[in-house]
This record gives sequence, C-alpha cells and structure tokens, in this order.
Amino acid sequence: MTDTSADTWTVAGRTFRSRLIVGTGKYKDFEQNAAAVEASGAEIVTVAVRRVNISDPKAPMLTDFIDPKKITYLPNTAGCFNAEEAIRTLRLAREAGGWDLVKLEVLGEARTLYPDMRETLKATEVLAAEGFKPMVYCADDPIAAKQLEEAGAVAIMPLGAPIGSGLGIQNRVMIRLIVEGASVPVLVDAGVGTASDASVAMELGCEGVLMNTAIAEARDPIRMARAMRLAVEAGRDAYLAGRMPTRRYADPSSPLAGLI
Amino acid sequence: MAAELTLTVNGEPRRTAPGSSIADLVTNLGLDPKKVAVEHNGEIAPRSTLADVQLGDGDVLEIVHFVGGG
Repeated sequence: MTDTSADTWTVAGRTFRSRLIVGTGKYKDFEQNAAAVEASGAEIVTVAVRRVNISDPKAPMLTDFIDPKKITYLPNTAGCFNAEEAIRTLRLAREAGGWDLVKLEVLGEARTLYPDMRETLKATEVLAAEGFKPMVYCADDPIAAKQLEEAGAVAIMPLGAPIGSGLGIQNRVMIRLIVEGASVPVLVDAGVGTASDASVAMELGCEGVLMNTAIAEARDPIRMARAMRLAVEAGRDAYLAGRMPTRRYADPSSPLAGLI
Repeated sequence: MAAELTLTVNGEPRRTAPGSSIADLVTNLGLDPKKVAVEHNGEIAPRSTLADVQLGDGDVLEIVHFVGGG
C-alpha cells in the first residue's frame, strides 16, 4: 500500500498534513470547540476579528483554549460586505496575530451569503500588494477562480453550497473544472453538511475542505469532527487511488469459468 | 493640569489622562496588549509603537482580538 503519511499539501509555502480546516463559531463553549478541533485533527482554524468587550476585559478568550502556537489561526473576514471593510479587518488581524496567511470573504448579501466577486477581486489585489497571502472564498466560477489566482490568491475556495446550509456539494462539475484549471490549492469552503459531502469534495481533487456549521451544529460535535477527519482522509485516498469507471450494466465479480 | 481627554473606544465614549499612550489605555482597560490589535484614527497602530503614540482629545480607537468564527 502507498504510504499516506507523506501526503501533505502546501499553501503559500506552509505545509500541512491535515486537509481539514475547521471554523471556531457556533460552539456551545470554548471547551467543546477545543475538543472538536482536537478530534478533527485540523492544523488550521478560521477565526473572526471583533471588538474586544471593554466592559468585561477578563472574559475568557479563544486563544486561552486553542493555542495559536500549535494551531494556525486563519483570520477570516466573515461579515464584510465590501472590499474596504475586508481589507481593514485583515490589516488588524495581521497586527493581532503577526502572520500574513488570511482568509478573504466578501459577501454580496445576507440572505445567501454568496460572495461578491467584484469586491472580492478588488480586495485580493490590494491584499496581495500589501504582502498578504489571501485564501479566497469565491463563487463556483472557473473564470473568476483564474482571475483571483492572477490577482494573488494563494488558494481558491469555492462554495459547495450556501454558507451554513449543509446542502452538500451542489456543483461537482464546476468544482472539478476549477480544480483542473488552478495552479494553487482549491478547497471547498461552505456547504458541507455531513461526512459524505467532505469525501465528495476530496474525490473531486480538492486539496482540502473548510467547514464550521456541519461540526458545530451536529448533535455530537466531537464525534462529527472525527467523522469529518476520516471522511476527508477517505475521500483523499479514493482520489489518489483512482476510482473505477462507471458502467451502465452489471459486471460479475466472480469468474464465469468453472461454473457447475 | 489639562482636562482629561475624551476618546471613542470601540464606539463608546471613554476618558483618559492627558499624556496617556495607547499602551497605557490598553493596560488601563485591563487588556493584554500582546493579545489585541489597535486601530488609531483609522490607521493601524503597530504593536511596537503602542507605548510611543500619545493620545489626543477626540481620538477614535478600535481594539480588536480573535474570536470564534467560520
């Protein structure tokens, strides 16, 4: 059997073993969040940048539970609806964290949380010029994906379905076309609902999968985090192994010769 | 002695002594300067300069940190 321990992926010069990136929102508490990250095997977590509550400065912080020295924090611009807000957020994130690998997400509207690609492209150009390494949430559009790459995106992250919907990978053809056309890693970001969805993303050839709600809103988030780890590994192995062709009719597995 | 400075910190009015630096303000708020980032009048205030930048009356500050998110 092929040695899978050496199967790593690299984004902006940083190499990771885990192909699962998990969010840190919507958990019951920090303890559950930390346990889910542990069970998922993720080496990268997305985080948001928000105002400190100055009336309660001693409130527990995420960094007390998930150690940024062990787990790579990927600051995200969730909640930003134009390039300017997103750039401002990531400049602050870089100052807070001290690193330039970030996730850009510029939303077009609250109902679908679908990306605004015009603002996303604009923000990608500015961020790349300022030395950021933006991993970019985007539409499942192979042309827009190439444009993002040219603008300096270090990873392309098309949605599989609307953020938080759990509908699974709706757009396999386009995800595959994006993977084929990209020379930077492609990760499905958003839409995964259960383990098989994560496997589908990996079987399409994605370098990884990013999810939050599918784990955080499971009845048992820690068990689901483990399921997602295994699903991503299974999907990756299936992709590397090369699946059998599909046939229209049956093909017996037992030999026909020697039938009694 | 000059009057206290009036600032806007994370959208709320706040008073501080004249001559205070950004680092003084952050520490007086009970925050660890190593865990936050500060925007001062719309510009990033690099962490290495927080002790050197004096606050002025009417300054607007945003103090942020990382929280859980997707």
